[in-house]
Amino acid sequence: MTAEGTTARPVVAPEPDAPQGGWADFYENRVYPVLQYAKRNPPLIVGIALLSSLLIFVALGHLFYDHELYRPLSVPTREAPSWDYPFGTDTQGRDLFAVAIRGTTLTLRIGLIAGAVAVVVGTVFAFIAAYYRGWADAVIRVLVDVGLTIPPLLILILIAINTSEPLTVDQMGLAISIVAWVFPARTIRAQVLVLRERSYVEIARLSGTSGPAIIFKEMMPNLLPYITASFVTSVAAGILASIGLEAIGLGIFSAPTLGMTIYWNIQFSSIILGMWWWWLPPIITIIIVFVGLFMISAGLDEWSNPRLRKSV
Amino acid sequence: MSTVAETPPASRDDEKQSGIRQRADALREAGVMAVALAVYRSYIFRRFVFLLFVIWIAATVIFIIPRLSGQDPVKEKLLLEAQRGGAIQSGLDAVAKSYQARLGLDQPLLTQYGNFMFDIVRFDLGPSISFFPRSVNSIIADSIVWSFGLIGTTVILGFTIGTLAGAFLGWPKAPRGVGILFMPFLTISAIPQYLAGIILVFIFAAQLEWLPLFGPYSPGTTPEWSFSFVVEVIRHATLPALALVLSAIGFWAVGMRGMMINNQGEDFMVQAEAKGLKGRRIFFRYGVRNAMLPQVTGLALALGTLLTGALLIERVFVYPGLGDILFQAIRLSDFFVIRGIVFTIIVMVAVATFLLDILYPYLDPRVKYSRS
Amino acid sequence: MTTATPTVTGSVQSNISDEVALRVEDLKVYYETPRGTVKAVDGLTFSLRQGERFALVGESGSGKSTLAMALMRLTRPPGHIAGGKAILHGTDLIGLSEEEMRKIRLSQMALVPQGAMNSLNPVMRVGNQIADGILDHLPEGAQKPSKDEMRDRVRDLLDRVGLQPMVARLFPHELSGGMKQRVAMAIGISLNPSVIIADEPTSALDVIVQRQIMQTLGRLQEGLNAAVILVGHDMGLVAQFADTVGVMYAGKLVEVAPVRTMFKNPLHAYPRLLIDSIPTMDEKKKMVGIPGMQPSLLNLPPGDAFAPRSPLQFSAEDARVEPKLVEVEPGHWVALSRPSVEDFDKYAHLVDYR
Repeated sequence: MTAEGTTARPVVAPEPDAPQGGWADFYENRVYPVLQYAKRNPPLIVGIALLSSLLIFVALGHLFYDHELYRPLSVPTREAPSWDYPFGTDTQGRDLFAVAIRGTTLTLRIGLIAGAVAVVVGTVFAFIAAYYRGWADAVIRVLVDVGLTIPPLLILILIAINTSEPLTVDQMGLAISIVAWVFPARTIRAQVLVLRERSYVEIARLSGTSGPAIIFKEMMPNLLPYITASFVTSVAAGILASIGLEAIGLGIFSAPTLGMTIYWNIQFSSIILGMWWWWLPPIITIIIVFVGLFMISAGLDEWSNPRLRKSV
Repeated sequence: MSTVAETPPASRDDEKQSGIRQRADALREAGVMAVALAVYRSYIFRRFVFLLFVIWIAATVIFIIPRLSGQDPVKEKLLLEAQRGGAIQSGLDAVAKSYQARLGLDQPLLTQYGNFMFDIVRFDLGPSISFFPRSVNSIIADSIVWSFGLIGTTVILGFTIGTLAGAFLGWPKAPRGVGILFMPFLTISAIPQYLAGIILVFIFAAQLEWLPLFGPYSPGTTPEWSFSFVVEVIRHATLPALALVLSAIGFWAVGMRGMMINNQGEDFMVQAEAKGLKGRRIFFRYGVRNAMLPQVTGLALALGTLLTGALLIERVFVYPGLGDILFQAIRLSDFFVIRGIVFTIIVMVAVATFLLDILYPYLDPRVKYSRS
Repeated sequence: MTTATPTVTGSVQSNISDEVALRVEDLKVYYETPRGTVKAVDGLTFSLRQGERFALVGESGSGKSTLAMALMRLTRPPGHIAGGKAILHGTDLIGLSEEEMRKIRLSQMALVPQGAMNSLNPVMRVGNQIADGILDHLPEGAQKPSKDEMRDRVRDLLDRVGLQPMVARLFPHELSGGMKQRVAMAIGISLNPSVIIADEPTSALDVIVQRQIMQTLGRLQEGLNAAVILVGHDMGLVAQFADTVGVMYAGKLVEVAPVRTMFKNPLHAYPRLLIDSIPTMDEKKKMVGIPGMQPSLLNLPPGDAFAPRSPLQFSAEDARVEPKLVEVEPGHWVALSRPSVEDFDKYAHLVDYR
């Protein structure tokens, strides 16, 4: 009918050349989308902000404050907050500002060790169970089911009362991971089972790709949000378990962790003594840690499950 | 109605046939019911076996852990007492003899295990070290009532209120202002119960002096069945209960909100609206009814954590339940009491999980009766 | 030109009355997205008479299901009804309050949903799901029917869709796909609505069951003398069921005609291609697909959306012309732009291009 030139078929614009580089471009392509996303996912940002501010406090404290004053009998007892002792002192002569700096670090350390080990162990078990199925799956599943039914704190109590020497902070983190791996194992196993049925995994399998290659190349990228979320939850669970253990009297008596500070508070009835500066900082710090971790996990949830977005 | 164009194979028949069909229907229905019942029974049986399995594993872990550490907690405890020349010095010999007989540490491991399991099966948790010759059973029996009352009430209250609150938060037709509650709930849910307890004690007991600081009832009151005593007990239980309920509300509300929002996308929710159902019915019968299913599963999973959290709160409030006894026992290194309480709590959690498991098929007819 | 309202005259079915059941005027459903407005339904106009079976076909994404949801006033954010009217027996549904609309749903206009698989509440017995719609539409102050009455009504409804009474006691997961679809139809007819919107009622069913379901739907429609809008993409199934067929493309109607006319003498190039792509038994012709893809409805440029895919060669100028729905013969409407109809000259006087 008409010549080619007059057809109204949409002309595909040529793809713009590869990014030109430079900061403006970097901002446009990398930073800006993140900022845009942050606007849609406030929990993630609030969570990260809370934890970062805590980390900054700890870092500055380590640099500019004599945090060795956390030891008992290093300062006068029962002083209210003042210029010399910003957070006051307790009945045993600890500088509570030093305690806050040291304690936050130690408690986070326990949580991170417990969370990291738990997620690594849990993920490995999850893959063994869900990818290879069979008896390995059966055993792991029963272990997880039993582990979910038995409260972790109780097992920790049994372990703690039976150790001949007092635990170190790192050992405590490891001990907690012994009971903390079941939850990540459960979550990730379920996700692997879903991914296993995806067609691209099936194709990889049919075309003879080895198991580990499928796991790392095909599945891992899709699992990362879940693994990250599991890690965050496990860190929180680890800290919760450590504080529980400490509150019930099985903590490390020489370590000024947040949980031990709570323990001393209960032990010396600081509320009745009216020493609000003693119990308030550890509680606020713990709340910041938990709310922060929880927000991050809620944000990750929203990331991997956009239906939860508020615009619905 | 106008004439029917074509009769589908299964609908309109003459009288005689329909009589036969009705009988066949009845039979089939009876058959379906019988099969369903049989399936359900075998499901309960399997859950029961799992319950026993959990208890067995727990008992075995309790047996193994002290032996892995290669030390004898009882011997050490007795040594300590002997050195101190403490209050129980006089009965030390009797205590030592009793343990020798009980633990039989010189016997082969398998015999020890057999003896241990024999005691466990009879739920004989042995004598206490610190309160010899009182049995661990009687100590637990005295304190379990307090724990049961506190934990039972608060778990149920917190779950119910939290689930409902979360349902509102996730309901697109809820009033605008409700959404503001989400952040507070999220925050509260992140605070461990016993820390919430400390804050509440400070506000309501120490500062406002509305409620007592600690204890099950005021010192000096004698327990009796009178109105004033009951009020006394309730007043003392209010703060620990409030701490437990508040954090539970936050936890369940946040979870339920997510489930409700997820649920909105389901076809049956759209269809419920297309049917012109009233908002109330859609909310409860379609929305909440479905969104609560993962909540109940979550309850089964969270029971252990909830329970141990509640034990810690007893410690904060010096409430004479299992948690407080456990703390005392840890301080006195009373191994048998610790062991007994740990085992009792595991059994409690396992039984509660079992009860939720057998209840669940009533809530979700789709459940395939096979979780493990 | 006056408002274009495709109606059917001289239909094959005799029981179509002259009374207009539903009249849709210039209905627009837009989705606001961060990247712009998606015009999912863009100015749709048609009317439906009592007893008429109107099939709405088009590719997925053509806006047909969006229209079905909009007519029920179930459009959810970020979608919204951007304008137009949907007049059901003289009442404009778009202007009604939420509660007034709720009362109309099911009682006057019912939706038989797409994917009946998940459209039933999984934790509720089928009988209760049929009953609750009835209960929520009792007239003000009416007495609640007794349990026995309700049971009889439910049994009767199940019977009318060809299901046994015992189905009332089952849960959705105990039913087959076809049975679920029948239950959905039982719910749809429970209050004798005058308009039934069936949104792809047979998708995800196998061919034999599809046929049975369509027969049942037809029988129910005759029984109620309801007007039916059948939303679907299967031309073959539509051909057996409908009196009138409307073809949608990119949110607009491109042709409306009595079913025979549509299949024998489609004017617009798109329906023609659709019909050509139906495989037939008798002649072994080459299967023809439609080249290209439906355009994204996001910020769609003005003009004939089908032009880029049309086998007719559009000049750039012609493609920019907004086609108009024109009645080229009684009951036969086509979106007319210069090259889209073969004998354009014959109908050119009907179109006012300026």
